[in-house]
Amino acid sequence: MSAETNASRTGNQHPRLQEFLFSAKRFLKNPLTIVGLTIIMAFAIVAIFAPVIAPPEKPDDPFQIPHDGWMMEPQPPSLEHPMGTLPQQYDIFYGLVWGTRNAFKIGLLIVLANLVIGVLLGAIAGYFGGVVDEVIMRVTDMFYAMPFLVVAMAIVVVIGKGLTSIVLVLIVLGWRTYTRVIRAEILLIRDKDYIQAARASGASHMSIIMRHILPNSIFSVLIVASMNIGTTMLSAAALSFLGLGSDIGYADWGAMVSEARNWIVGPANARLQYWFVVFIPGFVITLFVLGWNLLGDAARDVFDPKQRRR
Amino acid sequence: MVLILVGVTVIVFSIMMLLPPGQRVSVYVQDERVNNQQLEALIEKYGLDDPAPVQYWRWIKGVFRGDFGYSVVAVTPVIEAFKNYFPVTLELVLIATPLIIMTGVWLGTKAATNKDTAIDHGTRIFAIVGYSLPTFWLGLMLLMVFYGLFGLFPPGVLSNEGRDVLYSGDFQRYTRLLLIDSILNWRWDMFWDALYHLILPAFNLVLLSSAMILRLTRSSMLDSLGQDYIRTALAKGASKNLIERKHARRNALIPVITVSGLLFAGLMAGMVITETIFNRPGIGLWMADAALRLDVSAIMFNVLFLSGVYVVMNLVVDVLYAYVDPRIRLS
Repeated sequence: MSAETNASRTGNQHPRLQEFLFSAKRFLKNPLTIVGLTIIMAFAIVAIFAPVIAPPEKPDDPFQIPHDGWMMEPQPPSLEHPMGTLPQQYDIFYGLVWGTRNAFKIGLLIVLANLVIGVLLGAIAGYFGGVVDEVIMRVTDMFYAMPFLVVAMAIVVVIGKGLTSIVLVLIVLGWRTYTRVIRAEILLIRDKDYIQAARASGASHMSIIMRHILPNSIFSVLIVASMNIGTTMLSAAALSFLGLGSDIGYADWGAMVSEARNWIVGPANARLQYWFVVFIPGFVITLFVLGWNLLGDAARDVFDPKQRRR
Repeated sequence: MVLILVGVTVIVFSIMMLLPPGQRVSVYVQDERVNNQQLEALIEKYGLDDPAPVQYWRWIKGVFRGDFGYSVVAVTPVIEAFKNYFPVTLELVLIATPLIIMTGVWLGTKAATNKDTAIDHGTRIFAIVGYSLPTFWLGLMLLMVFYGLFGLFPPGVLSNEGRDVLYSGDFQRYTRLLLIDSILNWRWDMFWDALYHLILPAFNLVLLSSAMILRLTRSSMLDSLGQDYIRTALAKGASKNLIERKHARRNALIPVITVSGLLFAGLMAGMVITETIFNRPGIGLWMADAALRLDVSAIMFNVLFLSGVYVVMNLVVDVLYAYVDPRIRLS
């Protein structure tokens, strides 16, 4: 490893690029990363090529799952419906394929928004200290103390059920982790000499935070964020499962599992008759979350420069 | 601490106030056929269109008198409902928490002492999968296989016969915790019945939540195994087993205490899904219903209660920390 490191050190690349290439190399050597990457890539391909894999009947409203009649009893996998159907004959396969787009949208959008809010608040708290710090951190404490799921449910019901409300609620409630992490990081570097130097040379608060403090403290937050994409998906799916998401027939994984609740036990002679309703949508959620968690886990091991070279 | 609780309730109360009074009044309507005039009168009577701070103040005053209002979902006063639902939740949490901690610590120790072997990789995969499983899906799968296929571990808290005994009148409910009451009544059949219904939900929680303890134990075990005093002990010739158990793990468990305290609070708040799936009438199921039907009194009470548990557990953890680690006490 050391030979490799020295070789890349001798090149006159920008140090940040060098660091990144080194990390990326380590990252890709981990077999679990490869598994995670494969899973996420596969989902990404499904999301991108959704119109090809499951051509919509109504192209202007592709997230509406087509259905054959109104029969309540789910039908097992067949040639026409490769993964079977939900109650009212909604095609599971179609729902899962188009649900992939929603899953990416939900996971990435929420985490990104949380990241922006959390990092800004944490940076302001850590950098300015004093009363500002006290106020921001006490509010963060309040968001930690809240029973997350209950408050989320209540808010969704107040502002109206639906996937958009779920996303909104998770954005409002989810930033708390990042605030704490980035603040702790900033407290470590706030009084370092190079910050003092920047201040002495007349840099504004904004430019010190943006150019000197954030680049040096953002890593640990990004790692937390990468590990949170999966968890966020789980929270969103849980809210959908509890009946706060879209109505039946919309391509949303959590809502699809929620349909499974009434079909756990089959008739006496075939107990597992409806296994596909219970198993398949939930398994897809698990796989998606697992993919992100594997990536996040590897990212934590590799991309943290302080942890790594010990 | 109190400030946090006030803050949390203010935030949640403000959200509830976003609802128009006409919607919140439905709480007080028992008869389906009320005309607009009567609704107006009710809104007037309960002060539902007063400014939000005034209503919050009224709620707080009620809290200090021990009056939390009326829960529409439970069709009883909130306090009564809580007395009924809470023991069901507490029983499951009290059974699950030690199991989760023991499983996590045991697997974490194994992983750390066998670092980079198959055991280590195995527990790592167990942990990542545990993180990734949706609670609701795992619960449904467990029910489908154990209850659906094999007819074991039915949902609910008691069998039909058990329920008959419970309501028969000669079953004294001292603590309202079924396991303990069964012993006090010397009804071992009831004890087994209740325990039988606890196994699957507890197993569900262990599979999902021990991952966190496992990872933490592993990393802090690795930390303490690398310390100088471990090398000293090895040099003295102490056995590996003894070093791992006495020297390394004792120190490694300190951070685990923190997480365990939060785990307890987290399990309480997370009961919404577990109880919905396993059909256990605890505060989780109550809260889910309350949130869906906007039972404001019940929501406010549970938010206050669960935030309170979180804050108190944090305090307990701090005290415990100082107790087990003299270095913290002295500094």
